[in-house]
This record gives sequence, structure tokens and C-alpha cells, in this order.
Amino acid sequence: MSVADRALPWRRQSGRRGVALVAALLILAVLSLLDLMTGPSGMGAAEIWRTFRAGPAGEDRAAAAILFQIRLPQTAMALIVGAALGLAGLMMQTILANPLASPFTLGFSAAAGFGAAASILFGAALGLPLPGHLLTPAAAFAATLAATLLVWLVARARGSQPEIMVLAGIAVLFFFQSLQSLLQFLASPEVLQQIVFWLFGSLLKANWTTVQVSGAITLVCLPFIARDTWALTTLRMGEANAQSLGLDTHALRRRILLLTAALTAAAVSFTGTIGFVGLIAPHAARAAVGEDHRFALPMAALAGALILIIASVAAKLLSSGAAIPVGIVTAIAGIPMLMAVILRQKEI
Amino acid sequence: MFDIEVPALFRGRVQVLAPTAFTLAAGSMTGIVGPNGAGKSTLLRAVAGISQDSVAVRRRGEPLHRRAIGFLPQAFSVASTLSVTDCILLGRRENLGWRVPVWARNDARGLLDRFGLADLADRPMSALSGGQQQRVLLVQRLFRNPALLLLDEPTSALDLHHQLSALSMIRDHARETGMAVIAALHDLTLAARFCDRILVLAGGAVVRDDAPAAAFAGGLIENHWNVAPEFLKARDGGLVVVPHAMA
Repeated sequence: MSVADRALPWRRQSGRRGVALVAALLILAVLSLLDLMTGPSGMGAAEIWRTFRAGPAGEDRAAAAILFQIRLPQTAMALIVGAALGLAGLMMQTILANPLASPFTLGFSAAAGFGAAASILFGAALGLPLPGHLLTPAAAFAATLAATLLVWLVARARGSQPEIMVLAGIAVLFFFQSLQSLLQFLASPEVLQQIVFWLFGSLLKANWTTVQVSGAITLVCLPFIARDTWALTTLRMGEANAQSLGLDTHALRRRILLLTAALTAAAVSFTGTIGFVGLIAPHAARAAVGEDHRFALPMAALAGALILIIASVAAKLLSSGAAIPVGIVTAIAGIPMLMAVILRQKEI
Repeated sequence: MFDIEVPALFRGRVQVLAPTAFTLAAGSMTGIVGPNGAGKSTLLRAVAGISQDSVAVRRRGEPLHRRAIGFLPQAFSVASTLSVTDCILLGRRENLGWRVPVWARNDARGLLDRFGLADLADRPMSALSGGQQQRVLLVQRLFRNPALLLLDEPTSALDLHHQLSALSMIRDHARETGMAVIAALHDLTLAARFCDRILVLAGGAVVRDDAPAAAFAGGLIENHWNVAPEFLKARDGGLVVVPHAMA
């Protein structure tokens, strides 16, 4: 058997991973259509297609408004947020060498929640030129970046080992969580309700502006992620091996920390905290295509989008008038999914 | 010719290694031996450029790029499910793009073949035994084509057969390609058998730098290892060191 013959299984493996990616993409397309068809007013595939062909200025004004102003932005947002959280989760688990890590491990969601709560409580008093529906996401985004900066500075000063980063992240998490609790304590019942509603991750806040901003931030991150794809795969070999292969693991961790923060902020600033997607999508991706990040990263993005689309459909079906916030669905459905992942794998 | 100049190395305020300088011939294999805590790993990590110490490594007077230095650390264990072939390919991670070229895959396979690891090519790293992982990672470092290869106890997890085969393969590879090798070893017999030269490290300083036949003479082993050595002559004329407890 020649060397070339023996290369065949490897090529087959490569092919299988490609098939898995295409399959996930097709399933995602079908489910996205299902998501577009699901809603209080009900629209069949044919009607969706007709309305889509007619465009936003189509004759059936009601159908056009439902599709173009409500459903399309929500579906697009689910895809973007799911993909961003999936990518961020996989990168976080890789740089922290920890299967329990998620985009929220280092306190990002607590910071975003604090930012949002602060803007809801004090925003009007500040008299900023931003309208309310943009002020809250902007504050959440800024707070997430502030939390990142804290972790980044600690990592820079004390070395970017996973343990140091997790410890710094936990400190940040408790810090912002306490501040957020303080704001909730200070808030009047009406404002408190607004804050709590923001904290439930929900796609109902989506519109074309949020889609554009979140989508643009995610797109900007992609080339930087692509550049470090092999470095991330190398990191899976363990710290000592990666370093001895000439990889500056500390600099890589700090770089990826910034990218995960940007992706997470892009996702949660407009929708609120959507848990479990960023934890489970990476496990699903690795189970499907392995640890080669050329395949695992796109798969994690697809898996994240899939989970969120399924949760979105489920949320709309469960309560067709007032859709249950999708963050609650992912959190409840996430637990059996996580259990399935843990039980299926011998070691994670 | 490789010139290596190591300044005094500190961890905190404690000096862990005295300044030292040595020259390596191309294609040669140098053994570093010494009791636990002598500074073997510290020296290798410093030369490899892992610790942030300013070690000067020159080849024919020109500074050697870090990329040209291969290093297999002592703590090598891999928990990843990446396949053995993928793992070998990572040896040239800097040259890999979105598509892995066919020649790179065939090179990796060829090297696995030469080291008798072809059967493992598609197995996940996590399913391998410690010894198998160590051999795969050795091949991975060779796949990097280093000009200088540093090995920290490369045979620590290997059985007797693979200790011999791995070290002789490394030595042959060095002689073929002109790569210089420094290997930290605990087995003095093995060091004497495969190395052209031996550096003895004790208490953070190089206390001997000599050919294997002369490296352990003069009460050196008694003093630094705290054992009484018995020197025998092997069938092939090589030196065998048998340790006995001190009386």
C-alpha cells in the first residue's frame, strides 16, 4: 500500500466534515423558512414567497409589513446572534481549555446587563442625543467592552494563563452582577420591570438597524478569526506543545478574548442574555466535525444559529400571542441538550 | 556549527542557572544529564525561546530564527481528539492555509511510515498511550524540519525497544540533515550510547562537558547523583552505568 493510498481515509474524513457542514446549512435554511412561517398571524410558504417576491412595497400591505418589518429581521437576528454566540463559545472553550466555558464565562453578560440597567435607569436623565432604543444597546456594548478591558489588563499584567483569565473573569462577573443588583434595588417597580424584561434575551427587539449593526460587527470579526484558525487548532494540543510549536499562546488568548467580547457584545446588546447557545454549540460542533478549527468554527456558527432558530420557532409555537423570550427557551431546552452531549462523549 | 550563549537565568531573585556557552557541531547529538532540579528543563526552555530569557543562538555566526528551533517539552500529554495525521501537520502550522496541500499530507504520512506509526495515522491523539503520543509528537517536531532540535526527556514514556529505535532514528536524521540535537536524558547508559558529547548539569551549572567515555569519570556521579556507579563495558564496547546505593 503506497503512501498515497493510505491518505484516502484522511480525505474521506475531510469529505465527511464538508458533508456535515453542508447538511447543517441546508437544515438551517429549512428551519429559517419555518421560522418565517411561524407567528401569530400565520403565513404559508407560498404566501411568504409571494410577499417576498413583491418586496417591501408590495400590494398586500399587511403581509409586507409582517414579513419585512417583523419576521425577517427577527429571523436574521436569530441567525446572526446564534452564529456569533457559537463562534464566541468555541473560541472561549479553546483559549480557556475548558469545556464549561461559554461567551459569558468571563462576566460579559453581567456587564452587558449592568450597562443596560444603568441606561434604563439613568438614560433619560443624562439627556444624551441617542434615542432610547439605541441607548440601551450602546450602554450594554460599552459595559461589555469595559469588562473585557478589565480581564485583558489583568491577563496582560499577570500572564494570560487560563486560570488567571477565569479568576479575573469571575471577579468581573461578581462585580457587575452586584452593581446590576444595586441598580435593580434602586429602581422603581416600572423601571425594574423594564430592566428584567431586557435581561430576558428576546428576538422581539430585532429590527433592521439591530440586524445591520450586529451583522456588521460579526462580519468584521471574521477575517481576524480566520487568521488565527490554525493557531486555535494548535492550542488544542495543550499549552506546552503549542508554545513549543512557536505559538505565543498568551498573545493569542488576549487577541481571541477581544474577538469573543466583540461577538458577544454584538449578540447580547440588542437581544439581552441568551444563555446556553454559546455553551452547547461548540460541543455539538466538535462532536460533528472534530477539533480542526477550519471545520469546527463554521460548524459552531451553524450550530449556534440552528439552536436559536429552533428556540425561536418553539417560543412562537408555545405561546402564539406573546412569544416567550427566546432566552428562556434556550436555557430550559439547553439543559437536556447539555446532558445529551455529556452522556454521549466519554470525555469533553 | 551552532553557538549557544545562555546568560545567568533567574526565577524571581533566585539564580537557577549560571551563565554558560557551548558550541554544537552540525549533525551532532548532545546529551544533557543531571540530577532532578539541576536546571536541564530550564536550560532547554530558555534555548527554545519559551521562557523570556535572552539566549543567543547562532548558526555560523548568524542569529538562528526561533522558527528553526524545534522543542519537545517534558509535559507533552495531549487530550485533543485531533487525528495523528492532523497532529503531524500542525508541525508546520505556519504554512497551513484553508486547504492542506497534498504534498504536505503525503510528507506527514511518509514520516509516520518511517517511524513505524503508519497504523496510527487516523487514530485520535486522545486514544493513544503516553508512549505512542510521545513518538507522534517527536515525529511532529521532525516534520518542522528544525535546524536545532531540543528534546526534554524524549524517551520518558517509551518502552525499551522504542527508546532505542527513537534515539537511533533521531541520530540518523541528524546525521542526514545536519540538524543538531540536544536531549535531556536520565538514563546515563542511553546518553553514553547515543550522544556524541555530554553536558553534565548540577546545581544550576554545567560541571562537565566531555565525550561520553570521559563524561562520568572522577567521582562525578557519586557527588551529584548520590549513587555509587559501576562502569561496565557493553558487547559493542559502549559504556554501561549501573547505579548502586551509596554505602
